[in-house]
Parts: sequence; C-alpha cells; structure tokens
Amino acid sequence: MHHRSSTTESAPVRWLLIGLALLALSLFLLLPLLAVFVEALRRGTDVFCAALVSPSALSAVRLTLTAAAVSVPLNTVFGLAAAWAVTKHQFRGRALLLSLIDLPFAVSPVIAGLVWVLLFGAKGWFGPWLADHDIRIIFELPGIILATVFVTFPFVARELIPLMEAQGNDQELAAVTLGASGWQMFRRITLPNIKWGLLYGVLLCNARAMGEFGAVSVVSGHIRGKTNTLPLHIEVLYNEYQFSAAFACATLLGLLALLTLGLKSAVEQFTHQRASGRI
Amino acid sequence: MSISIQSIHKTFGTYTALDDISLEVPDGSLTALLGPSGSGKTTLLRIVAGLEMADPGSGRILFHGNDVSDVTAGKRGVGFVFQHYALFPHMTIAQNIAFGLDVMPREQRPKRAEIRERVGELLRLVRLEGLDKRRPNELSGGQRQRVALARALAIRPKVLLLDEPFGALDAQVRKELRRWLRQFHDEINLTTLFVTHDQEEALELADQVVVMRNARIEQTGTPQDIYDEPRTSFVYEFLGEVNKLPDGRYIRPHEIELRFAAEEGVDVTGRVSHLFVAGPFARVSVSPEHGRRGELEVWASRDQVEEMALANGDVIGLHFPNVKKPG
Repeated sequence: MHHRSSTTESAPVRWLLIGLALLALSLFLLLPLLAVFVEALRRGTDVFCAALVSPSALSAVRLTLTAAAVSVPLNTVFGLAAAWAVTKHQFRGRALLLSLIDLPFAVSPVIAGLVWVLLFGAKGWFGPWLADHDIRIIFELPGIILATVFVTFPFVARELIPLMEAQGNDQELAAVTLGASGWQMFRRITLPNIKWGLLYGVLLCNARAMGEFGAVSVVSGHIRGKTNTLPLHIEVLYNEYQFSAAFACATLLGLLALLTLGLKSAVEQFTHQRASGRI
Repeated sequence: MSISIQSIHKTFGTYTALDDISLEVPDGSLTALLGPSGSGKTTLLRIVAGLEMADPGSGRILFHGNDVSDVTAGKRGVGFVFQHYALFPHMTIAQNIAFGLDVMPREQRPKRAEIRERVGELLRLVRLEGLDKRRPNELSGGQRQRVALARALAIRPKVLLLDEPFGALDAQVRKELRRWLRQFHDEINLTTLFVTHDQEEALELADQVVVMRNARIEQTGTPQDIYDEPRTSFVYEFLGEVNKLPDGRYIRPHEIELRFAAEEGVDVTGRVSHLFVAGPFARVSVSPEHGRRGELEVWASRDQVEEMALANGDVIGLHFPNVKKPG
C-alpha cells in the first residue's frame, strides 16, 4: 500500500508545478546559455577558433586569469580572517563588521569602480601623489585587481560565517586546553571542519572574479590587448558588431559557469554524504 | 594537586559573573560547583582552566601553591571536559585521544609506539577497548563523554575540570556514568572540579559541594553538611523538595510525620488532596485547614499509608520534629 503524505499535492497539481518550474528554468536559464553556443558557432568553427586565439582575446583571458589568481587567494585569506573574528570573538563593532562584509553585495558595482577612480584616479585624492611617484593604478592591472577584490570580498566570508557560528568554539577550546598552538588549532581543528564550505566559497568567488563586469569596466579604461578582461573584451566585440566573435568568447565564461556549477554540486554531494556519516 | 581560588572577580560589561569568589579544592578531592544557570559556576570553572581570564588585579588562582593566574590554558596542565563532548569529528577515537600528545613540541612528544600504547591504556581505563578506529558520530553519548575524558587525561593533567559532564545524556546513562565516575575518581585520585545544576548529582558524587548563586558562593561543605544544615533559604530550596512554613521555617517532605488528627503532638491538621503510591513509597499532598495557604508535601512509607487506610479527602494530622530556620 502506497501512502501519500498529507503535505504532498495531488498528481495534477504536482505536475503543473513541476512543469511551470521547468518552463521558467528553460526560458530564463537554459535558453540564453544555448543561444550563446548557437550564436558562437553560427559562422562555423573556423571563425569560432579564430576569435578565441586572436591576440586581444588571449590577452583578455590572461588578464582575467591574473586578476582572479590574485584576488581569489586574497579574499580567501580575508574571508577566513573576517569569519574567524566575527564568529569566535565577541567585541565592540562586531555588528558593524558584519554589515561591512555585505557592503560589496549591497552597493552597485559601478559605484565600487568609481570609488577607486575617486581615490586613485588622476584627479582623485591620491592621484597627484601617485603621479609624482610614477605609480599607476587606474586604467592598469592594480585597479582591475582592486575592483575585483572589492566586489568578490563577501563570497568566502558569507559562506563561512553561518558554518562557523553553528559549530561554536568548543572544539577549538578543547584543542587549546590540550596544549595546541594557535596554528595547530587552526590547521588541525578549524580548517578540517570548514574545508568544504571554504571550497564552495572559493568557487563562487572565483566565478564572480572572472565574470565581473561593472566595477572592472569603470577602472579598466578598455585598452584593447592591455586592460580588457574577458567580459570587457566581449562587450567591445559586440559593440563592433562582431557577434560571432563576441559569443565565441562568451562561451568561455559559459563553460566556466558550467564547470563552477558542476564542482559546486560535487562539493555539496560530498558534504552531504559526510554529514550523514557515509564517508 | 590542590586548587586555591582567591578573591576572583569577573565582569562581562556591566554584568557581574563572579563576585569575590574564594575557594579551596583539596588535593585528590572531587568537588562539585552546584547552582542554577547564571550563578557563575561555569565561568569560575573556565577561569580555573585559563579559558577565561579573571578581571585584572582581582585575585589569584593557585595550583599546589603556585600562582597560575597568568599561565595560558595550554600550559596549565588541566584536563577539560565539555558538556557537549567537543570531540573532533574528522578524527578517529584514537586520534582524538592522542591529540594532546601529537601537538606537543617535537622534543617532548612521545614516540609513535608510546602514544599508541598510551591510547590503548586510556581506552581500557574508560572501558572503550576496540573502538579506537571508530569516529565520534558512531558512538553513543555516554561513550563520547568517556572518550572526551580519556582525551583530557592523555596529557596527564594535574587537575580535571568537568563542565556539566552528564548534562547532554539521558537519565539512565546519566546515573550509570555518575556512579562510574565516582569509582573512576577513587582509582585515579585526580583533583577534580565539576559543574552541575543537578543537586542529586552533586550530593551523590562529590566530597565537597559548593553551592553558588548570583555570582557568589552561598555555602561550601560536605554533601551531608549541605543537606542537613543549609545555611540559607536558597540552599534549602535548591537542595531538593522542601516545605516552607508560614513562619519562614523549612521542613523536608520526609521529615514530616503523619498522624491521626486527634493524636497527640499534631502541629497541623489538613485534608489529603493528592495521594500517590509508587513501590514502597507514598507521596501525600496535604492542604492545611484553618485558612493557611499552600500545600504541604509529605513522603511516607506505603506501609504507613495503608495502615492508616489513607484516602483522598481524609483529614489527618502532621507532626514537625526539630524544624529549622536558616540563618
């Protein structure tokens, strides 16, 4: 005898709801992704490949990878430090710090970019001083990295804070009474407990670091082959009516998204299995 | 090793957690810190462990006469057991127990074989042989707490500190583990300080009971002293069921004698409002006559209740021998 739980809807309602969800999913998520790949390959694989290996595309890929390679490790460290401070200690200004961590999510990326221009641009607060010392930040790699770091700051911290809050600090205190040093405690107790959450945060952080458009657009200056990241390069190509090339480069970001989602669900599955004690 | 706590103060912001606490824990004793939540007992335990620091300039903690107030938790040589075990979930039981030895500086750390031997020894001591390769989540609550104890003992601590060690266990396991801990303490004879809010646990387990309330110590003494000679009304009420008489005196339910209403030596007459017989015991609730408020609880033997043929609604007499009034 098959019992239906009281919270389950009747079959027609169930199918209707599933159908609606699938429709929305295909319309808003799958269709655009599909369109990117179709458009990219519309004029043949030759055009597709040529777009990917053109010097400006390669330079954009290089720049995007560099920006991510610097900002993701930085934000991993920042995120860990912030989550540690907020969850393991009680101090004045804790609530303020919690809201500040969310600031990059709350503020428009364009503003995030403009702030750096205001600070370090030629007419900015520190502009003249930087010019005197021949340090260039805006319209250069440092500016792009600054903007990326700012925008992607919350990902790791946001992932870790609820996790570490739920775990409390009894285990850390136990390690301390057993004579562990601060580093031993972190490496042998805290890190193993948060590693999957950390990996998850790093993945999301990386996806955003590579895909960020708004803030980077403001500080980059769009110098082709020099300060164009991949998203900016795509925009330039698109504005020049090189649709196939633009979409060809967009497939790279699309693949990155798919890869991130794949890894993310793999991590989720693994943590779930661990939580239920099967590993 | 004895513990001496000398005029310790602790405040959190404007909240006073400990107000001038002084206490001697004799070498080899099992001492209970007993009190309701918020009385400061756990804070005191954590200060003894070095997990929390007393207010600057307030007082001292001595281990065997040596001032350890400024010594960090890791260097005090205390074994600390947490209410919720705080085992390391990603390590096996053996790895958990060995942790304190594994993190020692290279020159002090025992050899691998020695560590393995010590872990085996400790597992036997807490009667968990054969569980060394399991993970904490595969063990029952009682087993986990014994692992936590073994882990704390691995570093050969000078004192053992237990924070509500049975608080997360169900009643049956709690009782068993309590008896076991008492025997265990008698075997290893390690100065032990434990926190509990359960008076029965404190009275049954400890050599010395320290009753705390609102950041202060109300009374310190042997379980017998505390139970028989409570110094304040709080201690009286906290240490088990007690009847408060209108004139402020206290009498415990088993001290009241049941008599027939017309008998001699009857202090109060009243009507039986509730009668509950379980095994050899009977709990009788009596509503006093003559307009006095509040019921009196009496614990009598089943034999007596049957002999007197007591039933709900009967009018009976109560005799109060040697009624005390706390100072």
